[in-house]
Amino acid sequence: MIRNLAEILLSLMGVLLFTTLILLIAGAPPFAAYIHIFKGSLGSLNKLSHVLNAWIPLTLCSCGLLYTFRIGLWNIGVEGQVMMGAVFATAALRLGMGGEAPLFYLVLAFAAGIIGGGLWALLAGFLKTRGGVNEIFAGLGLNFVAQGIILWLIFGPWKRPGIASMSGTELFPINLWLPQFPGLRMSPVGLFLAIGAIAVTAMILRYTRIGLQLKAVGGNERAAFLLGLNPARNMLLAMIFAGGFAGLAGTLQVSGIYHRLIPAISSNYGYLALLVVMLSNYDIRIAPLVAFFFACLNVGSIQLPMMLQIDSSLSGVIQGILVLAVLGVQAWRARIKIGTQGVKGSPGGANP
Amino acid sequence: MEIALQNITKDYGSVRANDHVTMRVVPGSIHGLLGENGAGKSTLMKILSGYTPKTDGEIRIDRGIVEYESPAHAAGLGIGMLYQDPLDFPLLSVLENFKLGQSSSDMTALRIRLTDLCRRFGFTLDPDAPLASLTIGERQQLEILRLLEKGIRTLILDEPTTGISGTQKAALFSALKQLADEGRSVILVSHKLEDVEALCDRVTVLRGGKGAGEMDSPFDPDQLMTLMFGTRPKPPPRSAEAPGGPVLNFTSIHARGGRTGLKSCSVLIRENEVVGLAGLEGSGQGVFLRTAAGLIPPLSGEIHLKGQPMKRQNHHGFKRKGVNFLPSGRLEEGLIPGLTLAEHSALQNGGGFWVRWPGAIADAARRITNFRIKGEPNLSVESLSGGNQQRLLLSFLSENPTLLLLENPTRGLDVESANWVWEHLHRFCAKGAAIVFASSELDEILAQADRVMVFFNGAVIKDVRTQETDLRELGLAIAGRA
Ligand SMILES: Nc1ncnc2c1ncn2[C@@H]1O[C@H](COP(=O)(O)OP(=O)(O)O)[C@@H](O)[C@H]1O
Ligand SMILES: [Mg+2]
Repeated sequence: MIRNLAEILLSLMGVLLFTTLILLIAGAPPFAAYIHIFKGSLGSLNKLSHVLNAWIPLTLCSCGLLYTFRIGLWNIGVEGQVMMGAVFATAALRLGMGGEAPLFYLVLAFAAGIIGGGLWALLAGFLKTRGGVNEIFAGLGLNFVAQGIILWLIFGPWKRPGIASMSGTELFPINLWLPQFPGLRMSPVGLFLAIGAIAVTAMILRYTRIGLQLKAVGGNERAAFLLGLNPARNMLLAMIFAGGFAGLAGTLQVSGIYHRLIPAISSNYGYLALLVVMLSNYDIRIAPLVAFFFACLNVGSIQLPMMLQIDSSLSGVIQGILVLAVLGVQAWRARIKIGTQGVKGSPGGANP
Repeated sequence: MEIALQNITKDYGSVRANDHVTMRVVPGSIHGLLGENGAGKSTLMKILSGYTPKTDGEIRIDRGIVEYESPAHAAGLGIGMLYQDPLDFPLLSVLENFKLGQSSSDMTALRIRLTDLCRRFGFTLDPDAPLASLTIGERQQLEILRLLEKGIRTLILDEPTTGISGTQKAALFSALKQLADEGRSVILVSHKLEDVEALCDRVTVLRGGKGAGEMDSPFDPDQLMTLMFGTRPKPPPRSAEAPGGPVLNFTSIHARGGRTGLKSCSVLIRENEVVGLAGLEGSGQGVFLRTAAGLIPPLSGEIHLKGQPMKRQNHHGFKRKGVNFLPSGRLEEGLIPGLTLAEHSALQNGGGFWVRWPGAIADAARRITNFRIKGEPNLSVESLSGGNQQRLLLSFLSENPTLLLLENPTRGLDVESANWVWEHLHRFCAKGAAIVFASSELDEILAQADRVMVFFNGAVIKDVRTQETDLRELGLAIAGRA
């Protein structure tokens, strides 16, 4: 754990070093930029609430991805699962518009969101286990489809009275918004759910048979089958967990943040969560911290282009650098493992 | 070069793989390192080759103490090690592999060097052949030449005779003698007495991580066995039960798989029977075992288990009927790398939502004691030596199986471990189970089985009682002349 943490801190520093370099090249003063990011993310209670608003969906997606990574699946489709969660939740909330019993429809929206994300993940799972389609391609394809569905809904069946626009569907009435902390644009429900997700995931992965079986199938599918496990069923189960948590994130985006369905409802949190989980070395104790770091970076850099008069495409470059840095750290870790332990692919196994 | 290892100790967590081992290698000699599986031979040699750091002790080379700073350090001093799993690049050609790590990059010169070296040692390697087309033995030859070209003065070989043919073994041994005559030192790691007897001038024996003794040639095999095992192992007694009711019944089974598939196979196997499957590797034995385990669905024909038809049942259905399958790939098919012994235990004793970790750890500890596994509940299985992995797999066989299907159950085990495994297996037979096992060792089949089936090209071409046949007859059948 300590060693893990040290490695992760080191790689985060590497990420910072890279960004500094990029900022220098772009002609922006790096130090001022970091001050801005810091102030823009942790400078006030209000800003912190924005950070938490990003941290919550990131953490939920990361929790979900821990299940799929555990069984060795690359659930790239997590992005689409967030979107479908949002779509299903919106559908439920639309039913409640102008009606009685808002609480009922809010609860319904959460159930629908979880089901929507889960079903979308299950689809990728079936393509993998029944059709032999690689989950990465299935996931990517389904992400495009989900985005298409959202656009179609916004410009078609769910368009605003009057004109359809990229700004999304009609706002829900206030009684269908999640309750917020007084004076802050942030809901305690989301915070509670994210912390709950961390606890539940940690518990399931460590203390239950499901967690052990996911690990076993991920370690060696053939041997797991011979030991009596059902690899396909476990894969579907992992996908349902991942999709369910992603769908929950989508529901929170709809009911707690935007109060409508917008084209960019997922905010790329799914993709970002993949980075978070890899960078935290698939460790549930570390993932929330890394997610927090990314959330700060995300929120803090929003105003950067304006404040420092640099092109806003720079944040895209920085995101790209992050991806490369994470992959670099992965490769470096893999190498260290081989060097010190001599387990897989090592010359040490000279035992007959 | 003169090498002296003094009081070398190595701890892997709480496992002491080497315990104050001392060993001296005289220049120009062939030195054997003998010991049963898990004795610590590979560990000691990995320390000498700079691959793993030692916990304690001294390495002296030409009387000077050295502390390796990196794995390359040992190579720089002239120590090269041939690992059992070759470290070469299958996609490159022979010549390109030869070039790896050489200071020169002049391909023409290297080609000439390679051809010269081949001639000198009587190896036949085509420089332009893709490496993937070579046998294990040829890859070994190439690796030896590559190390020689790098200028090594001491060559370590870890279990080099496993998996190579008799001719290749002869070529290897004569090459090693030549190296020693040139004044280089050779360290030969093996668990086979015969290798050491054929080649070595002096031998160091390890037992349980400690040095058990040293001996000069000519060796007294009895004494070596005593050093290896403490007391000499006896072959286990054979089961004397008469065959009982039918267990497995194949009627005209055709199945796909492997190189040959399985062709028109009809067989009846009874309770208490031990059946050995002989044949060249990949002649249908593997397909037979996997079909009988429900892992390969037959194309046509019928399978009955204890009289019941097994149509459209997968392996789990067979398993519920008491069929146990033990694959030969321990870390590929049998165990799950990355999981500890306790985690394997927990998977075995399925049921319930929660894993009861204290129970799983206690269960793993029980298996470790009962099956004499060298390891700990919290070690991951890939850190066990091959023999201990096999013991762990055996511990997962169910208590009262009806049919045991075993693929090379003792491959790579030393005599004592193999005897121990068979003693254990025969106990199942006494309780009414049937055992079907594939083995490439005819001796083992003749010693352990009541009946032998010889496979050739996907078909059973001979099916006899072991008492009514002999090595010569079986050898002919294996070659297709039944
Ligand atoms: N990387 C490792 N981690 C933990 N234990 C190990 C490791 N390598 C070997 N061991 C343990 O050290 C002991 C000696 O193993 P090894 O040197 O491979 O034996 P040998 O080569 O004589 O069969 C065994 O009990 C084995 O389980
Ligand atoms: Mg060894």
